[in-house]
Amino acid sequence: MNSRLISIIRKEFIQLFRDKRMLALILVIPLVQLFLLGYAAVNDVRNVPLAVFDQSHSVEGRELLAAFQAADYFKLTYAVDSNDEMLSLLETGAVKAGMVIPPDYAIRLQEGRAQVSFILDGSDPTVASTALAAAQLIGQSKSTEMMQQKISRMGSTVKIQPPVEVLTTVLYNPDMISAYFMIPGVIGMILFAITAILTATSVVRERERGTIEQLIVTPIRPIELVIGKITPYVLLSLFDAVEVIAVGHFWFGVPIRGSLLLIGLACSVFLFSGLGIGLFASTIANTQQEAMLTVWMTLLPAIFLGGFFFPIENMPQILQAISYAIPLRYFLRIIRVLLLKGVGIESIQGDMLALVIFGVVIMSAAALRFRKRLD
Amino acid sequence: MADLIAALHLHKAFGSLQAVKDVSLSIPAGQIYGLVGADGAGKTTTIRLLCGALKGDSGETRIAGYEINRQTEEARAHIGYLSQRFSLYEDLTVLENIRFFAEVRGMQASEWRPRCMEILEFVGLAAFKDRLAGMLSGGMKQKLGLASALVTRPKVLLLDEPTTGVDPVTRQDFWQLIIRLVASPEETGEVAVLISTPYMDEAARCHRVGFMRKGALIAEGTPGQLRARLNGRVMELRGSPLPLVKQVVSGQPGVEDVRAFGDRLHLRLKEAYSPQIAASLKKIIPAGGGTFVDARPVPPTLEDVFMALAHEENQE
Repeated sequence: MNSRLISIIRKEFIQLFRDKRMLALILVIPLVQLFLLGYAAVNDVRNVPLAVFDQSHSVEGRELLAAFQAADYFKLTYAVDSNDEMLSLLETGAVKAGMVIPPDYAIRLQEGRAQVSFILDGSDPTVASTALAAAQLIGQSKSTEMMQQKISRMGSTVKIQPPVEVLTTVLYNPDMISAYFMIPGVIGMILFAITAILTATSVVRERERGTIEQLIVTPIRPIELVIGKITPYVLLSLFDAVEVIAVGHFWFGVPIRGSLLLIGLACSVFLFSGLGIGLFASTIANTQQEAMLTVWMTLLPAIFLGGFFFPIENMPQILQAISYAIPLRYFLRIIRVLLLKGVGIESIQGDMLALVIFGVVIMSAAALRFRKRLD
Repeated sequence: MADLIAALHLHKAFGSLQAVKDVSLSIPAGQIYGLVGADGAGKTTTIRLLCGALKGDSGETRIAGYEINRQTEEARAHIGYLSQRFSLYEDLTVLENIRFFAEVRGMQASEWRPRCMEILEFVGLAAFKDRLAGMLSGGMKQKLGLASALVTRPKVLLLDEPTTGVDPVTRQDFWQLIIRLVASPEETGEVAVLISTPYMDEAARCHRVGFMRKGALIAEGTPGQLRARLNGRVMELRGSPLPLVKQVVSGQPGVEDVRAFGDRLHLRLKEAYSPQIAASLKKIIPAGGGTFVDARPVPPTLEDVFMALAHEENQE
């Protein structure tokens, strides 16, 4: 390796380790994001607060209520005495769902045509749709159960079966834990954000502080400057990736089913996209703030359109088309299938190719713009 | 011996602003060349063109024989450059800075340590080698800049206002360093120095001086040659009250410029001093209500030359 390159890398490392606050940020931010997204950004709906207006005051009414509480989906928070009271609780958000058991519930149940009404706060669609499905499911199983009891009482031993039963099997993430979906995403986001932001700011810092002027007048070649400056950040980003995967695995229990080698390869290939974007941003920006903002402008669409939170398949056609230009999209797919499904290279080669192409294109564009001159 | 710095017909425009117009320079080894001019005259741009930090619109620059835009890296291996703004790493120590610049200019690991210490001794920073550059005083920063420019023994030293904002004692030190560098080629090798400065007393220390105005090099020569342009045309006048006297003589034909100089006035005359001029002033001043004390010719300073050249500009 050439000695100029080594000097630049050493210099960058000294500066990096001297800036303790920055270093701490680089190492701690991934963990903060991991814990935030691992715990807070969960779509799993549990313990939806429920208000009940039980007009029947019957044993049967209480049984139904018990069935609702038995599952973790609902938590009985209020027992109310009027519809108005229930509506005002829904309005204030104190409860997300309300159930009204009519006065004649017990009698109608005997007749086999009881009705209860279920009111949902639809302002949070995620909660509402899950709660709705849960309510229907609980209701259904309760009626099956009661029908069975009725038949038993009539002296029959026939077990009733619904004519069609759908047997569901959820592969890869059977308990459907959101963290398994989120944490691989965090790896992608961290790799992208850290490399892009650090690369951009470290190059722009030389310009902002005037040190670029001294560098220009040395025999350093532009390519040596670029490689020398980004090497420490590449290593740091990979370290961050390891950190996130390790904590994700040992703390959150995210499985690692694919080969570590492939995961490492995917991370390394993906890094070039972040580096390229950072480098490109550094050729546009004059100050570190500008560089940060430029990177942010690519980061936000990447997170929203790359499938970090929301499935790309549900987006309008136009946004889906845009998402093809977002490297995070490919990496998220790769890392999720590698971690959760444990597939081999053949299932990810298309996405890998896309990442390589993106990396080459953005790096070349940045290299073309990157000049070792003041003007 | 060929010139270490040879620039021919340099031009550089920023948009519609012609920052450098047809500047040619030739500086041989052992020479200190001073580039002077008002702010915005094009000194910094010229230096940046010479070291290739900017690409000129036309013209050719050779540094130690290498063309700066075609043989950039070879040329730069011979350049020690100190920019106007402190441009070393404030978060690196003195030694780390010097080491970095020594290594990226191709110094081997075995050479850099003794050489770095030698150069730090030379500029008087050896005791501060482990201090962060950001914690140095302004003068020490400039010395560190000089040290890292000198560490690889470049043949060409380009210094852009190295002493601006530096205290007088450090300025003296700084100049002594540069003079020692040029004066002892057997010790330091042949060196050519280009230094820009706003201070005329510093320009007077240079072997040759070039005046820049509006991007062009309008006068060039040894300090003596430049001063000779005004030989006999500078007169010192004493009288009181000074503001009144100044007002009276300012309007006189034959007087080009009047400047207060402490308790006396310096007059620049359109033609050489003659006793007749003194005699006429002796009459005019009392007539205006002031007192004439004394008038005599004095040798012109570079500052006078500078003001005269600036004056021509206003005439245009």
